[in-house]
Amino acid sequence: MIGTVLTALLSHWRRRPFQLATLLLGLSLATALWSGVQAINAEARKSYAEAASILGGGLSELVRTDGGVIPVKTYAALRKAGWLVSPLVDGWLSAEGGRVRLLGMDPFTIPQGTGIAAAVDPSLYPELIGTNGKLLANPATATRLPELKDRLRVIEDLTPNMVLADITTAQELLNLAGFSRLFLAPNQPLLRPGLASVAPKLAIKPPATANDLGRLTDSFHLNLTAFGLLSFAVGLAIVHGTVGLAFEQRRPVLRTLRALGVSARRIVLCLIAELLTLALVAGALGIVVGYLMATALLPDVAATLRGLYGATVNDALTLSPLWWLGGVGIACVGTAVAAANGLWRVARMPPLAPARPRAWIMASDRAMRWQAGGAAVCLAGALGAATVGGGLVSGFVLVGGFLTAAALFLPMILSSLIALMARWSSGPIGQWFWADTRQQLPGLSLALMALLLALAANVGVGTMVASFRATFAGWLDQRLVSDLYVTVEDEADIPALMAFLEDRSDAVLPIWHVDAEVMGAPAEIYGVVDHPIYAANWPLLSALPDTWRQLAAGTGALVNEQLARREEMSLGDRLPLPGGWTATVIGIYSDYGNPLGQVVLPLDALTRHYPDVDRSDFGILVPEQNRETLTAALTEEFGLPEDRITDQGAIKEFSLSVFERTFAVTAALNFLTLAVAGVAILTSLLTLASMRLPQLAPAWALGLTRTTLGKLEFIRALVLAALTFTFALPVGLVLAWMLLAIINVEAFGWRLPMHLFPLDWAVLGALSLGAAGLASIWPAYQLAKRPAADLNRVFSHER
Amino acid sequence: MLLDVHGLKKGFPGSERQITVLDGVSLSLDAGEVVALTGESGSGKSTLLHIIAGLEPTDDGSVLFDGEDVCCMDDGGRAALRRSSIGIVFQQFNLIPSLNVRQNLVFHARLAGRAASVDLPALAASLGLADHLEKFPEDLSGGEQQRVAIGRAVASEPKLVMADEPTGNLDESTGQAVFDLLLALARRTGAALLIATHSMHLAKAADRRLHLSHGRLTE
Ligand SMILES: Nc1ncnc2c1ncn2[C@@H]1O[C@H](COP(=O)(O)OP(=O)(O)O)[C@@H](O)[C@H]1O
Ligand SMILES: [Mg+2]
Repeated sequence: MIGTVLTALLSHWRRRPFQLATLLLGLSLATALWSGVQAINAEARKSYAEAASILGGGLSELVRTDGGVIPVKTYAALRKAGWLVSPLVDGWLSAEGGRVRLLGMDPFTIPQGTGIAAAVDPSLYPELIGTNGKLLANPATATRLPELKDRLRVIEDLTPNMVLADITTAQELLNLAGFSRLFLAPNQPLLRPGLASVAPKLAIKPPATANDLGRLTDSFHLNLTAFGLLSFAVGLAIVHGTVGLAFEQRRPVLRTLRALGVSARRIVLCLIAELLTLALVAGALGIVVGYLMATALLPDVAATLRGLYGATVNDALTLSPLWWLGGVGIACVGTAVAAANGLWRVARMPPLAPARPRAWIMASDRAMRWQAGGAAVCLAGALGAATVGGGLVSGFVLVGGFLTAAALFLPMILSSLIALMARWSSGPIGQWFWADTRQQLPGLSLALMALLLALAANVGVGTMVASFRATFAGWLDQRLVSDLYVTVEDEADIPALMAFLEDRSDAVLPIWHVDAEVMGAPAEIYGVVDHPIYAANWPLLSALPDTWRQLAAGTGALVNEQLARREEMSLGDRLPLPGGWTATVIGIYSDYGNPLGQVVLPLDALTRHYPDVDRSDFGILVPEQNRETLTAALTEEFGLPEDRITDQGAIKEFSLSVFERTFAVTAALNFLTLAVAGVAILTSLLTLASMRLPQLAPAWALGLTRTTLGKLEFIRALVLAALTFTFALPVGLVLAWMLLAIINVEAFGWRLPMHLFPLDWAVLGALSLGAAGLASIWPAYQLAKRPAADLNRVFSHER
Repeated sequence: MLLDVHGLKKGFPGSERQITVLDGVSLSLDAGEVVALTGESGSGKSTLLHIIAGLEPTDDGSVLFDGEDVCCMDDGGRAALRRSSIGIVFQQFNLIPSLNVRQNLVFHARLAGRAASVDLPALAASLGLADHLEKFPEDLSGGEQQRVAIGRAVASEPKLVMADEPTGNLDESTGQAVFDLLLALARRTGAALLIATHSMHLAKAADRRLHLSHGRLTE
């Protein structure tokens, strides 16, 4: 019997393939966008976890408190005193497409159970040790290191973007005299002298976790998730519309089924089975599309994460069965959410309930008032979250609540605007047009809400991105004070280089730094010499009148915006620095795109407190016209390899390209959301078209030709899209402000000025008109070509 | 006795006070009997049929179908009764628009699990629908649609067929033909037939006539 009922229910879709296609399209798009984003996030998280496990493997480590290199003799002293420690060298190799992490370990002492020990088969140890020891890398990483080709040994399932080697090999490649860290074996002898007496400069650092990277990249993933969620919601709008309509259209059938002896419970069960089937089909489709989408976007995402956070993420997807199940699950959940209302009504429907498909479409004014009430609640909740709470999550609650409120307000606003137009319009056609538009509004409102969200997200994110690009480019221009940047291979070459550059350049500016922990988080400490170019170029957000003079005098330090915000520091505060000394904050500078805190000290203070600084980088000031000659001289006469010299333009280009790639991902998601909204409009128009005959027939009978009616349909879609866009613009700008002033600050620790780009809005406006126009062409054409008999029939059996 | 209705009362909430539609209606029907139910429009004929079929609850009274009280059944029980023992023909035809004539004809029989015993060609021939089997309801005239509905009702071999103004939407001569067909098919299958109509002319062909007015039944 279930089979018979299902045949009757399913036959509906066979007779309305377009409606079915709409439903499947909406559902699979929603699933695709959602699961695509999830795939990207999952892949990234997996990579973080892999990296964390290989870096730490759950063991505590000994590190230098000042972030410097641990000398071999300290290590030897520890071993002699009975400490079970194993040295590790950790650094970066330059490679094609970004840096690659190099880990050097000691096969003889490395504790079992560390990630590295687990990753390397002991049978490989003999190949690693020795003066020409091999390096281990996975195939993708190996291809990025052509210079080391002869020394690479490819291991299939090694963590991406990482090279493992023996400790001496790593020291040689990184040009390092000591060790970066020491692993502490889990079982230490009880009787051993305290750390303070053997190695006073070392401290115990708890095991690294995936969270360290996770924290940094959280905001990026939260952003992606928010977009996924938004697209999912927009897709569900389509599903809700089609499913609700299909229920309502089939009400007479449901009533007949009841009369023929099918109980309400059975009908609901059959409807659930039907929806489940649709959800499974759409879910499967959606997963495939989502997979393709994720595959297409992942390289950009990986590049972004590498550039922005130094996080290594696989370029290729390896998804767990759980992800596939999750995709199907979300399709089912989405269907359930979208269909709950319809199912509920069917379950409670008395057997003789009349069918009113038009009533479903023409939701009452009361519903609109309810929506407006809901909007007010959302807005209040959003503002409450923003004032009471703090942090990224409440920022997202604010954004989410605000967008929902705007969407819920939309029908009411459109309705009032249309009423206003109706008041102004004269002539019977105009009056009929506006009255008819207003009547169609409830049926279209879901699609228009989707359009609103897509447009607002576009304006908001677009403004943020463009503001960022404008600010960042300008900032880079200032910040990259030197014309050429060089890196020496051996610090012994430095005096020779200085002498060489003495009268070939205007100035040589050391860019020396140490990586250290400042106030409990990883940070960089730089040293600068006293040179007027800094005062002229360095973009300070807050400064004393004589900041640079004071810095030169050695009485303070500059910090970047993210460190200042994180630690709530302002000018005059004392900044505790590794090594147990403090400096006064005398300036705060903007440092876009850097996830780390940064401190700038006078160069001599840097070298005095941290003798182990990395001294290999220099900036050179040289007039534009001499730049090429100097580059040539450096490589040919001085013998510096070409890849150790970078000019300002190349750095700028690289930095900008990182952000372009970040925003390529956002732009793709943006566009997809807009496309989904376009589909929502098309489908609503088409479903409406089939039930609008009783509305159109009288106008036709009173003398409007079908062509005119068709044209009016087209115009109506444009008018509604234009009105929606007009409302979306301020919503989008408020969104942009929220993103720049709240989300960005919480997520990255820096605040961007907002720039406006009216040209972009014009393009977007045209795009939304285009989408609406495109969506309405087919329904309008169908109406214009509708046989007169169809319209006539409305009069012959009006029920 | 197939059907025994006793002391049925039913009212609907009106704008000011309760409107009593059925005020103590009793009737009985034997197997195979053909009874016409007449009455003005709005006198409560449809309400009575709906209550008998378990589509509408009563305020008071009992409906015994084959000795079982319809009013005491739950929704599932009433549905099972309609499925296996009652065929209903509505004024509005109520075919399933997305199924073709062939599928509509056997639909009720399939629900009742009796599709195997339906002789579709013979049924279609007797309904005059042999050429329309692959058509969809919207492509048929009103008379043809009602013949499909009648065929659907009798094909499931119910003990009782109830028809609610089956000719109400048809013109006079088509109505007469449809009515004759219904009568003939009911007699041939041995089903009892309870037919609501406000046409005295049609009612004459029944074994017995009941008149409903002011909530009460008279012979
Ligand atoms: N669901 C209902 N709600 C309120 N009044 C109803 C309902 N169904 C029927 N009625 C009223 O009950 C009376 C009898 O209706 P009905 O049984 O359809 O009469 P008939 O079929 O004889 O024309 C009418 O006055 C009708 O308005
Ligand atoms: Mg009636």
